[in-house]
Amino acid sequence: MKTFLSELRGAVMVTLALAVVTCGLYPLAVWGIAQAAFRDKANGSLIVEHGVVRGSRLLAQAFTGEKYFHPRPSAAGANGYDATSSGGSNFGPTSQKLNDAIKDRIATYRTENGLKEGAPVPADAVTASASGLDPHISPANAEVQIARVAKARNLPVAKVRELITANTATADFGIFGDAGVNVLELNLALDRL
Amino acid sequence: MHSSDWLQLAIYMAALLAITKPMGLYLMQVLDANGRTWLDPVLRPLERLTYRVMGVDRAQEHGWRQYTFAMLLFSLVSCVFTYAILRLQHLLPFNPQGLGPLSPDLAFNTAVSFTTNTNWQSYGGEGTMSYLSQMVALTIHNFASAAVGIAIAAALVRAIARHSMATLGNFWVDLVRTTYYLLLPLCLVFAVVLVSQGMIQNFNGYTKAKLTEPYTIQVPKLDDKGQPVTTNAPVLVQAPKLDAAGKPVLANGVAIMLDVPKLDEKGQPMTTNLPVMVDQVVDEQVIAQGPMASQVAIKMLGTNGGGFTNANAAHPFENPTPLSNFLQMLSIFAIGSGLTYYLGRMTKNQAHGWSVWGAMMAMFLAGVLVCWWAEARGNSIHQALGLVAGDGNMEGKEVRFGIFNSSLFAAITTAASCGAVNAMHDSFTAIGGLVPLFNIELGEVVVGGVGAGLYGMLVFVVLAVFIAGLMVGRTPEYLGKKIGAYEVKMAMLALLVLTLSILGFSAWALVSQWGVAGLNNAGPHGLSEILYAFSSATGNNGSAFAGLTANTPWYNVTLGLAMLIGRFLMIVPIMALAGSLVRKKISPPSAGTFPVSGGTFILLLVGTVLLIGALNFLPALALGPVVEHFLTAQGKLF
Repeated sequence: MKTFLSELRGAVMVTLALAVVTCGLYPLAVWGIAQAAFRDKANGSLIVEHGVVRGSRLLAQAFTGEKYFHPRPSAAGANGYDATSSGGSNFGPTSQKLNDAIKDRIATYRTENGLKEGAPVPADAVTASASGLDPHISPANAEVQIARVAKARNLPVAKVRELITANTATADFGIFGDAGVNVLELNLALDRL
Repeated sequence: MHSSDWLQLAIYMAALLAITKPMGLYLMQVLDANGRTWLDPVLRPLERLTYRVMGVDRAQEHGWRQYTFAMLLFSLVSCVFTYAILRLQHLLPFNPQGLGPLSPDLAFNTAVSFTTNTNWQSYGGEGTMSYLSQMVALTIHNFASAAVGIAIAAALVRAIARHSMATLGNFWVDLVRTTYYLLLPLCLVFAVVLVSQGMIQNFNGYTKAKLTEPYTIQVPKLDDKGQPVTTNAPVLVQAPKLDAAGKPVLANGVAIMLDVPKLDEKGQPMTTNLPVMVDQVVDEQVIAQGPMASQVAIKMLGTNGGGFTNANAAHPFENPTPLSNFLQMLSIFAIGSGLTYYLGRMTKNQAHGWSVWGAMMAMFLAGVLVCWWAEARGNSIHQALGLVAGDGNMEGKEVRFGIFNSSLFAAITTAASCGAVNAMHDSFTAIGGLVPLFNIELGEVVVGGVGAGLYGMLVFVVLAVFIAGLMVGRTPEYLGKKIGAYEVKMAMLALLVLTLSILGFSAWALVSQWGVAGLNNAGPHGLSEILYAFSSATGNNGSAFAGLTANTPWYNVTLGLAMLIGRFLMIVPIMALAGSLVRKKISPPSAGTFPVSGGTFILLLVGTVLLIGALNFLPALALGPVVEHFLTAQGKLF
């Protein structure tokens, strides 16, 4: 009994000690350093224009108009692109619902971008991302959308392509990861022209 | 499978190899009560203070029973602590969104999940947990459950290295030293590096961003009292038109039909009860914020895996760049890999440590290649609709990671019992999804959870030398210690309990209403979802085929029990094994001693893991992912 009580005291006190150190001091230390050294990133890489928050450089927003580049389909929240309810569709490879959704999206994508029936469509353009907030589209997907955006905005194709290049994240150190075009930043840049 | 991807794989393996020895050497100091590190000037006073408030004598060592008892008591106390916070979060500070308390079953599931280093998430992070719950109730276990795993592994390694002794160390000292000297400093540095990549670390309320293109959605109309308004139209059914005599009126021999109100059992007309929908313009995006980096650093290093957000490491805040992704993948394996070096150093047989590492890597690489190949090949059903075939299976994956880094992450996180995900395993191809499931069912010994992977693998080592002994007809020996019936019984008990939990609970769920009600996918994929859930819970992994709606009382309780079984009913026989091994004498090696290093040993160890760990699951896997693979090829949909 004496051993039990002394062990119980150890268990309770170490729980409290660890709570103070790992849940109090540690996150506060990280917070202090992060806010001092990387203030912008630690607060969500927000895009602020004229004092108004327009979004985060890291998070996708919904765009459907023809003068904007369109992000990947989103399964986050009931209506997509919900940055308080991230997530994927979680449909499996033999899901009828997923099959129907991809079929519809392919048809829409071809119509919007003036592709011929049967023309291959970039996979990322018609599949939902893992987070529902994927800020990027593949360069191939952006390339298909150039003509539509350039026409709707009355811009030369070369100018739009220039903006795409400026808003493309290439692989880190040229090695890690895949290249992606940041849709929100690109669309805001188009609006600023 | 591009050449740049092969290069990334090579860099990953080289980096892992490079950190294994330094990590192992540092672990030697951390797991020695009198060890010295360069952090002593700062941490030694804190360590001493902690022992004083606990009333612990750090020089005192314990036998296996007291060591195990202390571990169980600590797990119980800290689990209750978390349960209490989750149930009371609405009354506690740091809850800017005013989130309510968790239900009893969800709080039980979550508290058990984090105590057992599983981090299965029945809840959605951003919408359920207050900042205090994330920061205290959950994060304390990210540290503590990792430290507990490492402590148990250290006790087992000491049992192998020592001889003719009764004690295995002091649980409290191992717990405190691992947390302070190993996890805290690593996490502090790692968290800051993650913030530099774009991860958030703040205590702000959620941010509202003004949309460039507002859009309209349909929402239920509410009345003045906030109750949904419903339609009140009568339900109509078709009935034959009757004449005055009650006979149906015929036209050309066919009865004429009329719409009449449908009546309920009491003879009253029925009305529809559909919600009335109205348009609502959405012109802002609400962005979840919070102290993320400090939690993510330990979730990776401690192989916990519980995400700050629902999408876990797929969320751009939680894994902003390919570089942050690479570092997160490396950190999952870092400590587990270093522990194999610690094993070699402690047993004064470094070749043995490296051979165990080699066996782990052989199984790991096999999994990576299969998963990567399947995902790069893509889904033939979707490609037939008109997708670019070379793009692979992008459903549930992020562009910045692409096929390769999503497949690699999936193999690492399931090999290591981490459970964080950067892509949705539920949407992997049948074979791509088989690999994570298979990794978990091997018993989480391919590097495995911090500590848990090593003690799990050492159980297989004991079985491997036993099998080798039987084959050559000699008394099995492991590093000079005779392996008897008691040791083999304990080893088998530790493994069979996992099989029983996974297959038993899965079978129960599959034939129960509560089980199949949670499915998001029909057909063989539904079986995979349930099998994955109980494998993940029992293996203390925590990743999911996330389509399964598991936040129901039945699932929360059964999965909670599976996690407890997978953690503690495995540890107790292993500690009994340690208690027996530490008492044995070491006899010098002879010509007939089976060497526990080199190619033959690696082959035997891998064979043992595959035979004992995986064979039990083949029938279940055949009915799930394997059948699904062939149905995909035929274009069958569910």
